[in-house]
Amino acid sequence: MSPPAKPSVKTGWSIGIVTPRIGLNIAVIATLAVVPAYAGLTGNAFALTLFTRVVILAIAALSLNLIMGFGGMVSFGHAAYLGIGGYAVGILAKEGIGSGFVQWPIAIGAAALYALVVGALSLRTRGVYFIMITLAFAQMIYYVAIGLDRYGGDDGLTIYRRSGFDGLIDLSNRTVFYYLCFGLLLVGIYLVWRIVNSRFGMVIQGARSNERRMRAIGFPTFRYQLVCFVIAGAMCGLAGALLANHTNFISPAMMHWTRSGDLIVMVVLGGMQAIFGPLIGALTFLLLEEGLSRVTDYSNLILGPFLLLVAISWQGGIDGLIAGTRRG
Amino acid sequence: MAEALLEIEGLTKRFGGVIAADEISLMLPAGELHAIIGPNGAGKSTLIGQLTGEVTPDSGRIRFDGQEITSLPVYRRSQLGLARSFQVTTLFPDFTALDNVALSVQAHSGHSFRFWSNARSEIALSEPAQTALAKVGLAERAATLVADLSHGERRQLEIAMALAGRPRMLLLDEPMAGMGPEESIRLVERLRALKGAITVMLIEHDIDAVFALADRISVLVYGRIIATGVPAAIRSDPAVRQAYLGEGAADG
Repeated sequence: MSPPAKPSVKTGWSIGIVTPRIGLNIAVIATLAVVPAYAGLTGNAFALTLFTRVVILAIAALSLNLIMGFGGMVSFGHAAYLGIGGYAVGILAKEGIGSGFVQWPIAIGAAALYALVVGALSLRTRGVYFIMITLAFAQMIYYVAIGLDRYGGDDGLTIYRRSGFDGLIDLSNRTVFYYLCFGLLLVGIYLVWRIVNSRFGMVIQGARSNERRMRAIGFPTFRYQLVCFVIAGAMCGLAGALLANHTNFISPAMMHWTRSGDLIVMVVLGGMQAIFGPLIGALTFLLLEEGLSRVTDYSNLILGPFLLLVAISWQGGIDGLIAGTRRG
Repeated sequence: MAEALLEIEGLTKRFGGVIAADEISLMLPAGELHAIIGPNGAGKSTLIGQLTGEVTPDSGRIRFDGQEITSLPVYRRSQLGLARSFQVTTLFPDFTALDNVALSVQAHSGHSFRFWSNARSEIALSEPAQTALAKVGLAERAATLVADLSHGERRQLEIAMALAGRPRMLLLDEPMAGMGPEESIRLVERLRALKGAITVMLIEHDIDAVFALADRISVLVYGRIIATGVPAAIRSDPAVRQAYLGEGAADG
């Protein structure tokens, strides 16, 4: 006997038309949009700094979600792209090239090139090996940065002037810089949304779901995954360029392996395969971290178990929790 | 004799000391439904693996439509029109039935480095996918997630996916495995409808289905083809009866 046919209302991973989720997303975007106004009214400059950081790391997490969430490629070296983007800006600034029109394309290009190399080698492996190879490459870049004595070595390097854009936009104005980052985040979210629903995105998601089958129906999966890897690398390279401008400082710590771990946590916390998940994850993670560190010196003692709880009990992260309330 | 679509010549594969394929030679003319039967461990899966490209033969050659494909990767063979279904259903569980078939259509409609327009709203993908679903009787289930389909429906979806790429030839790896008798009968009818239009290699345990459908049958035992012929000849072949059908198997 066959079970009664269920109406197929389950949307699964698909994007759109889930109202509580859209409500949350709009609330988050609206909040981010008024942060500078709030900071200006209350004189709370730190809020602007914190939220600039949230927005930049959300871009990094967004790029990670593209390969890890949608593509099933768990990269444990994603902070390397942040570092490469940041160092591109820092090194060029130190060498007297202050134009953002030069710095940023190089930051993006260098990260993309690195992604191409790492991807070409790591994508031949799967599972734990893939994770370890991406981590190993990131550690290599980390130690290269420590070895760069001319650029501060272990201590890092101060960037005295933010990237210049010939009067087009003034990054030293903190509100302007914030809105630039916020705008880039929104563009990035839109791009990822287009990509994952395109033919290319279907191939990437199909390969996550069942790679062997993808090859059997005629897809050379490797080249698609590699291109996806490069797109994510380039996006995270841009986040690195933004981060260097935000902190006016670069150091190997930008790409410490724990930072790669943080990015993974943000993606999982927000909800893998959710377009707004990385933003929600980055926001929650960084606000919790900040809030807890004010209350106690042992913030990780609370944050750690909390994240563990989320990972275990809410599959699909915060997004899954919100979207899931619709059912039943 | 009709033009051969698939030619296998001296295909040999060893796993350690075990010979899984022992000088297998076989010719399938276009349009034939050719069944491969044999006891468990006879090397049927190894044969399928070598034809699809997942297993590399130690020696021997495979030609498809006049082209040597022995060392082509899996996806290239699929693009040439050699489609397969899997013995153990391996679909995309978090996609709908339509998405699954549409992916198969997409694989055969040029490269997929298209990053912008929504694949799900492309008529060029959804229409052929819908047609393939209808062919196997799953039109009503198009929007259902694979995870929510019954076992039999998934088996049908397997075949829809193989058909969606408009293949020249289908390799069906035990398509009736785990199906109820009613579903099996329906599937046999569907396969019969395909006969002639498409070349099929059918690997199947269900002997009734095989004898009802096949133009010719090859019997594989310990990696060797011990007999090839029309169903009536196979049924009465003494070597086959001894090796596989079992001595004293009563048939009428």
